[in-house]
Amino acid sequence: MAKITFITKNDQTIIAEGNSGNVMELAVQNKVTGIDGDCGGVCSCATCHVHVSPDDWDKVGAPSELESDMLEFDENVSEYSRLSCQINVTDDIDGIVLNVAK
Amino acid sequence: MDKSDISCPFAKARLNDGFGKMDDQDDPVLMVLRHKDVRRSAHNWKTFQSGAKPGRIVVPSEVNIRDVRQIPFEVDPPLHGAYRAVLEQWFRRPLDENYTLELKSQITSIIDSALSKNNIEVISDLALVMQSRALTLLLNVPIEEAETWISWGTHVFRSEESAVDADKANILYDYIDDQIQQKIDNPGTDLYSQLLSTEVNGEKLTKEEVKGVMILTFAGGRDTVINATSNTIAYFADHPESLERLRQEPELIKYTIEELIRYFSPLTHMGRVATEDSQVCGHMVEADTRISLNWASANRDSSVFDNADEVVIDRKINPHVAFGFGTHNCLGATHARQIMKVLIQTLIDKVESIEIIDCKENIETLGDFERKVGFDKLNVKFTPKK
Repeated sequence: MAKITFITKNDQTIIAEGNSGNVMELAVQNKVTGIDGDCGGVCSCATCHVHVSPDDWDKVGAPSELESDMLEFDENVSEYSRLSCQINVTDDIDGIVLNVAK
Repeated sequence: MDKSDISCPFAKARLNDGFGKMDDQDDPVLMVLRHKDVRRSAHNWKTFQSGAKPGRIVVPSEVNIRDVRQIPFEVDPPLHGAYRAVLEQWFRRPLDENYTLELKSQITSIIDSALSKNNIEVISDLALVMQSRALTLLLNVPIEEAETWISWGTHVFRSEESAVDADKANILYDYIDDQIQQKIDNPGTDLYSQLLSTEVNGEKLTKEEVKGVMILTFAGGRDTVINATSNTIAYFADHPESLERLRQEPELIKYTIEELIRYFSPLTHMGRVATEDSQVCGHMVEADTRISLNWASANRDSSVFDNADEVVIDRKINPHVAFGFGTHNCLGATHARQIMKVLIQTLIDKVESIEIIDCKENIETLGDFERKVGFDKLNVKFTPKK
């Protein structure tokens, strides 16, 4: 079981727990504002953009080349940007903090 | 080759040059063909603007048939963002449970009717009807209103003789004027009334602005939805194994929707006007000339998509640009995706197989390129699930 903390643009903190699927789906289930996941999680719409807390970056890891390409032209991109549909919910990411980009 | 196949005419030019050229009413268009260049150019709204003369970013150009600016489509940031912000919430209503239930009921009735017939012409008697009825949900108007839109035929702007026909376009513009006036006199819970009471930057939207949003809503979601749904039916006719697989693994439907939309790319391309001398893929673009962002070509770029010319219904990573990219990505995408989802679910529930009896392809001519976007006619026979 992984516990994930989302911090939205209006500073709302939502803590969600899961053990399967991806982080975008977990966020949508928990109605995290700013994570829409319009494309269902295929890395096409970039409506699930998060900034990973720098301390947690090693747990989450860097994006794939295709994901990087999608992020390249996104607004508010940072060196800790990820598309949350491309992060699987596993024990490895337990305790991470994600700041919603939009 | 299967009848549902859509080949990509841009493959060679995309690989060799990265661009293609076409003329359009003496206002030529440089089509940008590679995935990365399309995304980069879409992102660069300062150099490649949408807020040009109304109608000019559309290919074929509508400058001779339209003075009204489509909103937020033909507006650049930062004003674009202000319009978009007030529209986003309304255009996400398709995710509401009641909306989905209504859509399910509409599409079930259409497929039931198709199943009860010997054969059906999909474009006029299924896709146009489905698109029109579904649009009553997006506008939140009575379903009877769809009858008027169906009577206009599949093309609002085109006729047999002409790619842009002012007489046909005026039917839509006059209709919208009339509807706006009715809603001024008798406000309701529909999109027109909502827009008439909306403020952007502290000012109420004018009639002209409301009209601009409504034209976009009608025009942007007509041919595109008709192409997407009719191509979907043709695809499942040619690929009963895919229908069966989705029956067994319905969790794949979300991937199938995106993959079919990538493969079909119902809107081939969209133009921009250069605000300054620039270049795309090493080719000079002069100020006040047009480029187009060729979504259909970008979606077949083999440097991004493995087996780009095949439908892979469980494609997991699919950064397609069929709904555009960046600032102006499709406002109606949520509605379109819901239609595709409910259609596919209904086919799985009710249809054993689909047989294409005959068809006539709908081919777009873009300079030397000819692209199939769907069908003018598609006669099929549905067989009900046992």
